[in-house]
Amino acid sequence: MTLPASFLIEICYLIATALFVLSLMWLSAPATARHGVWAGEAGMVLAVGGTLFEKGIIDLQWVIVALAIGAAIGIPLGLVHMTAVPQRTAVSHAFGACCVTLVGTAEFFLRSPNVPKFIMSVLSLEVILGGLTFTGSLIAAGKLQELKFIPQRPVTYRGQNIVNLTILAAAIVMGVLLVLNPGQPILFLSMVGISLVVGVMLIIPIGGADMPTVISLLNSYAGLSAAAMGFVLNSKLLIVAGALDGSSGFILSVIMCKAMNRSFTNVLFGAFGQVQAAAAGAAEARTVRSASAEEAAGILAAASKVVIVPGYGMAVAQAQHKVRELYDILTKKGVEVTFGIHPVAGRMPGHMNVLLAEADIPYDRLHEMDDVNSDLPQTDVALIIGANDVTNPAARTDTSSPIYGMPILDVDKARTVMVIKRSMNPGFAGIDNPLYYLDHTLMLFGDAKGFVGDIVRELSGGAHH
Amino acid sequence: MTSDVLINSLFVFMLAGFLGFQVIKRVSPLLHTPLMSLTNALDAIAVVGAILLAGRHESKLAFWLGMVAIVAATSNIVGGFLITDRMLKMFKSTRPQKQQP
Repeated sequence: MTLPASFLIEICYLIATALFVLSLMWLSAPATARHGVWAGEAGMVLAVGGTLFEKGIIDLQWVIVALAIGAAIGIPLGLVHMTAVPQRTAVSHAFGACCVTLVGTAEFFLRSPNVPKFIMSVLSLEVILGGLTFTGSLIAAGKLQELKFIPQRPVTYRGQNIVNLTILAAAIVMGVLLVLNPGQPILFLSMVGISLVVGVMLIIPIGGADMPTVISLLNSYAGLSAAAMGFVLNSKLLIVAGALDGSSGFILSVIMCKAMNRSFTNVLFGAFGQVQAAAAGAAEARTVRSASAEEAAGILAAASKVVIVPGYGMAVAQAQHKVRELYDILTKKGVEVTFGIHPVAGRMPGHMNVLLAEADIPYDRLHEMDDVNSDLPQTDVALIIGANDVTNPAARTDTSSPIYGMPILDVDKARTVMVIKRSMNPGFAGIDNPLYYLDHTLMLFGDAKGFVGDIVRELSGGAHH
Repeated sequence: MTSDVLINSLFVFMLAGFLGFQVIKRVSPLLHTPLMSLTNALDAIAVVGAILLAGRHESKLAFWLGMVAIVAATSNIVGGFLITDRMLKMFKSTRPQKQQP
């Protein structure tokens, strides 16, 4: 008995599916994580290779040309600098959604007007999710890259949520009409067009501090649209890959929302920029204590336990390599240095970990919020570099604060708090931070990279004399 | 599509969803950024659908949409795996060798 080719191809898909699951299992810990990449690559090669032998493929040479062009675009996207990873991720969500939307559109035009009801409903879901993820991710990438023509601050206007929900509802109504009568190409194209508009409208009101949640949500949508495509094409492999990606994005969004004490709807429909105006008034008269690099170096050298809390400001200032030098010199002097990483520090989940790992800081020094919080009362110095809201004690005590209830790093419990900051301007979310006015807080005014460099110089100077 | 195929697909989707939750929950928060770039690369398996569209050339429209879709998905595959591996290579522990500044 000879096996038909289609059966062998299905076996390839089956093995690829298993490899994809293994890939994510191995990713769970740093020690096995790279095997995960290899398993994923092997699965991908198997699946794509198998597909090239599918019957009915007549334009193989063109397919290979497209694969080559895609690879040529992918290589530079894979080699971007680590600080650009958030925007690269947003761009790749856009590309994934673009692929799914185009395939969905082509499938519609091949099958219309004879599209079964169920297929038409998943097809509508596929292009609506795909379309809004495509434009939404491009806007998110533009905000992260700080492109001039895309506003960085949240863009809000009266009745925004009603407008957004109305246009989203319009797209869904069109989808329903298409299910009832699939022979309407103009209606289909309008539905795709409206989904593209929805993507822009949903992301325009979102500010930088919410980016970790939004990127995770877009990740989830991209996965779900791919799974919907799997239903249309009856491909189990695609359904599984889409479901894995969808659940991954969903879990990350939940973690991010919890870390900000906010709900999904609050992130998507309640731009952060609106809330603060009231809280800013009272701050004027209070005084802060500031210190020089020399004083800071002295305090750090005398400490036995130091926790460094990095935030987006460290990434902006590209200070991670200087921070590594500080880590090295303090460790050499016998000071125990760990890093406290808040889940939403930075612009995407895990952002700080990647930057610090890039700077060669061992990952077992990077501690999660709960571990750090139990250590902080026994810590001599908490050094905050470019983080603000995630250290704001108002989140614990001030019920009128817009971030009240958000879990924070309790840096105020350390014996001495040092904050490297450019000026007293409030952070991205515009919320005043009472931490800066505490008696045991020292403000170190300056650029993160420059100031950490100065501290390192003081510390090494002291060692030589 | 018969309802049999539909039910099969729904079963696969549901089970994969549960499996996804269990597997992803275990991923260390240290690795959330590589997790996202890896799932992104895996998700680009949608290229399979695009290859069939372009390769079968059933209409001009399907061919060209398929071609663009292949380019978009392939760039995600190559870029996604590449950057994930680059990130994971950077994660080092203190234990084996360190202490060279």
